[in-house]
Formats: sequence, structure tokens, C-alpha cells
Amino acid sequence: MPDSFSAEAKAELKKLIDSYPDRMSAVMNALHLTQREFGYISYEALEALSKEMDLPVQQLEDTASFYTMYFKEPVGENVIWVCLTLPCALRGSAHIFNYLREKLEIDAGETTSDNRFTLMKAECLASCGTAPMMQVNDDYFEDLTEEKIDKILGKFD
Amino acid sequence: MEKVLTKNIETENSHRISVYMESGGYDAWKKVLKEMSPEEVIETVKDSGLRGRGGAGFPAGIKWSFVPKVDKPKYLVCNADESEPGTFKDRLLLEKDPHMMLEGIVIAAYAIKANTAFVYIRGEFANQTVLLHEAIQEMKEKGYLGKNILSSGYDLEILVTRGAGAYICGEETALLTSLEGKRGYPKLKPPFPAVEGYLHSPTIVNNIETLCCLPHIINKGADWFKSMGTEKSSGPKLYCVSGHVRNPGVFELPMGVPLKELIFDHAGGILHNRKLKAVIPGGSSTNVLTESEIDINMDFDSVVAAGSMLGSAGIIVMDENTDMVDASYNLSKFYAHETCGQCTPCREGVPWMKTILGRITNGKGRTRDIDLLLDICKSIEKRTICPFGDAAVAPVKSYIEKFREEFDYYIEYKRSIFSQKSKSLDAVN
Repeated sequence: MPDSFSAEAKAELKKLIDSYPDRMSAVMNALHLTQREFGYISYEALEALSKEMDLPVQQLEDTASFYTMYFKEPVGENVIWVCLTLPCALRGSAHIFNYLREKLEIDAGETTSDNRFTLMKAECLASCGTAPMMQVNDDYFEDLTEEKIDKILGKFD
Repeated sequence: MEKVLTKNIETENSHRISVYMESGGYDAWKKVLKEMSPEEVIETVKDSGLRGRGGAGFPAGIKWSFVPKVDKPKYLVCNADESEPGTFKDRLLLEKDPHMMLEGIVIAAYAIKANTAFVYIRGEFANQTVLLHEAIQEMKEKGYLGKNILSSGYDLEILVTRGAGAYICGEETALLTSLEGKRGYPKLKPPFPAVEGYLHSPTIVNNIETLCCLPHIINKGADWFKSMGTEKSSGPKLYCVSGHVRNPGVFELPMGVPLKELIFDHAGGILHNRKLKAVIPGGSSTNVLTESEIDINMDFDSVVAAGSMLGSAGIIVMDENTDMVDASYNLSKFYAHETCGQCTPCREGVPWMKTILGRITNGKGRTRDIDLLLDICKSIEKRTICPFGDAAVAPVKSYIEKFREEFDYYIEYKRSIFSQKSKSLDAVN
């Protein structure tokens, strides 16, 4: 885990701040960048960001703590989000979620012992027409079946 | 009806500017810059009768005309935070035709004299954000963005801000607070964002689908747009159909299409030859309709007349084996997770409703729980800063009112009216 931003990240951050009418408006994107660099939004990461942005760390923490996509704890190499909201639930998302739970031997919010996967419950991901679905890192996987899940997770081996 | 918003989606590489321009893309932008004043753009959009596709259905041209003539910067914001359960139309537009949306953004920005526009895109749409940055770069290379665009003297930049997983940020005042880098708390209206929005400046927030209509209105005229749909809800509309249907998906049809036609023709009818039981017509925040209530047309006013809302046109279909208590519990979990916590009635009431519905579906319901739920609904409704409170009430109150016997059964017999095997909605423990 790095304890400060890389030179490239610093340059990217500066460009980001300069592009907005005020520096606070760069915070949402800056937090995504921080998570990419540090793996999760630790207090140390917020302190580093505070220094780069010249904004109080409390202000940054106030914002970060509101949003679920900014991880407050370390996560595994790959994060699986399974949508469980009604449209997916009507198409069997509970079965998909339980299958993943058994396959990975972890519960929601947990990470496998080899640190490969973290399993998360998600609320509607705007993919209701192709339910059930899950998001793994940035990618959507839709119309899921057990066989499909085996194949998808296999790609991460 | 000819396809308007989805005309390019089957074309290969439809997200590239070259493909978009082959079918007349950016002609409207050139026309606006060369031939039209901002006031003329506003008048044309007013004449078209275009109403906002994000959920509220407010006339877009009228909203724009609320921007005051003050010496402050003006901002245009594209709401790409699609997150209403049952809605997946904006994602299609973002992925398949980002330039149609971008052309809409520049036209709207020009109309309200903004020199900065934002796209606030939901955080989970990471790949779509990359696509969007590429599309903006393509626009810049063509000279359609930046300083003195096509020698018109007009300057415009588009910035992209990614959300981070908060449903409330789809509400426009919360979106603007988030855009300012803060917790996504909604604000009381008035002042409306058109008067005091982003950084206290006049700001217009429009949904992706609304913006995508603009290039077509400019190219083909207000009368052409009004020739589709109904008198009070004009134009094409994207309907999302999900749940227990054979062929779920996004369907582009005129405003006012019959709901039954959508479900039984376009979406192929109910899965496994079962009977239809209930339909949510406009995303999870709208009142549920029973089988006997769905003989309606899908335009803003007709759905209101039926006691619900067109909302985001996220149609969720439930078959005869769906337990409505389970459905209500599922959605109450969603709202309990997403309440922003600013207003006490919502922060306390919504998770409390989830707890009660949880114990009912767990076979531990108490006789007075239904009255308690209705009482909590009453304490939330119209008592919060933003419409989220009312939205969270809909999947409890309207479900109890219309399917009371299923709630009573669950409490009396400590189990669902359906056997575990026949149920077509199951839950994660």
C-alpha cells in the first residue's frame, strides 16, 4: 500500500482540480483516483489527498463516508457486486447470490482467504432487462446462470 | 413509429463520432450555432412540448426559461445517474449513442447560455465513463467544443463527474450538492436550481433521454415532434420492461402507448404462461397497479389518472406467484439502504418499515404491524425535503392497500400465502 501519490497521480490530480470551477468540485473524481492509487480510502489516503488538494481532511472524510463505492476497508483483488433489487430478485438473483456465497465460501462484505474476491450485495445497477446480473470490478455480467458464473470467475484465475 | 432515439443502436460502432455523423449527427449543432439565437432554441423546444424524461415530466423549454438574466455563470448538467430500480434506458443511450446525448447537451447549454456543462454519471458506469471521455475528445477534435466553436463566438466545455453509489444523487438538488464535492444531501425547493443551483448559480439539470430528443427537434421541427405521442405528452419514449416477461428490454414507442401492448406484444407476455398479477409502471418509487388497473396508456397524465406515475418508465412486471409482501420488503430494503439521513422522518421511518416487513416475512409479524406501517407512511409522506420520502412510502402503502389479504395472511399464518416452491420471488437471508 503506497503512503503517498505517485508523480503521475499527482499530475493527474492537478489537472483535475484545474479543470473545475472550484477545487471542492473535483473531490468526487479525486476520491475515485485516490481509491485507484491506494486500494481503498484509508485515513492516511485522505490525509495525502488533503495535502494535494489543500482541503481539510475532515471535509474529504465527510464526503467519502457518504458514498458506498469509496471503500473504507481493504477489499480483495476483485470485487463482485450482485444486484438484489426487485427486478433482479424476480429473475432469481437470490439463487445467484447464494451460489456465489457457497462457491466462494464467504458471506456478503467478506473477502476470500486468498484475497482474490470480495462479495458485495448491490442495489439496482440499471441492468434490469438482463437480470439476474452482477458487476465484477468495472464490468457487467448479465443473464447469469451457475454455468456462466463458473466461466466468468474462471477468467480471474 | 420510426425509431428516433434508438435509430443508431444496431449500427456497428454506433458510439463513434464518424458513425454518428453519417446519419446526420451534429447537423443540429451546426444549425443552432449558425442560424439560431438561444431564445429561438428555447421557443422551439417549448413548442415541441418536450417534457422531462427523468421522472417529473416538467416541460423542458419552460424549465430553461426560468434561468434568470443575471451576471453569473450558468451551468447545464446532464443527469446520467440512472438508478431508479426498473430503469435501464439511459445506460443504453450512453453505451450505444453517447454523441446523441452530447449533441443534446451542447444545444441545451447554448440555449441557457452556459459555458460549462457537466455530465454527472453514476459511479458504477465506469466503462461508460471511459467511452464518454473518448466521445468528448472526438468532439474536440472536430471543433465542436472549446473556444469559439465553429467561429460562432460561443465557448463551451464539458466536464464529467463520476458519482459513487448513492441513489439519492439522481434527485437534482442532491446531484448538484454531490457535484460540489459534498455528501449528496438534497435541498429544499425553492430556490429551484434554474435560479440557484451549482455554486449558487443558475443551473439546469436534464435527463439523458430528454437531451437526446433535442437534436431531432432542431433538425425536424416542433411539429414533427408533436406528431408523435399525445397532445400533452409529445414525442418518442423509451420504455424499460423487466421482471416476469418473456422478452425484457428497452422499447422505443410513442408517448401514450398502451401498457398492455408493451407487456404482451413488445415484451412477449408473462413468463411460463402464468397470469399477470401486478405492474409497477414508472420505477420502484411509483404506486403499484393491479391486473385490473393496467388498461391504461403510458403518458404522464394517463398514469397519474390511474393513481400512479409514468416516472422513469421503468415497468416492472410481477406474475401471479409473486408474494407482494416479499416484493414490498425487497424494495423497503432498497430505500432503507439509500435514505440519505438528512430528514428525521425518512432516516428513522424508512429503516423501521424495513425492520417491520422483515419480521413479517420472517414469520414473526404482529397483529398491529400493518397499522403501524401505515402510520409510519403517514409520518414520512410530505414531511421530507425531497421526494425520496414519498418514493419510499409507495412500495409499502400502495402494496398494503391493494394486496392487504397477503399481508394479513403472512401475519396470521406466519408464512407466505404461497408455498416456498411455487413462489416466483425469493429473498436472500
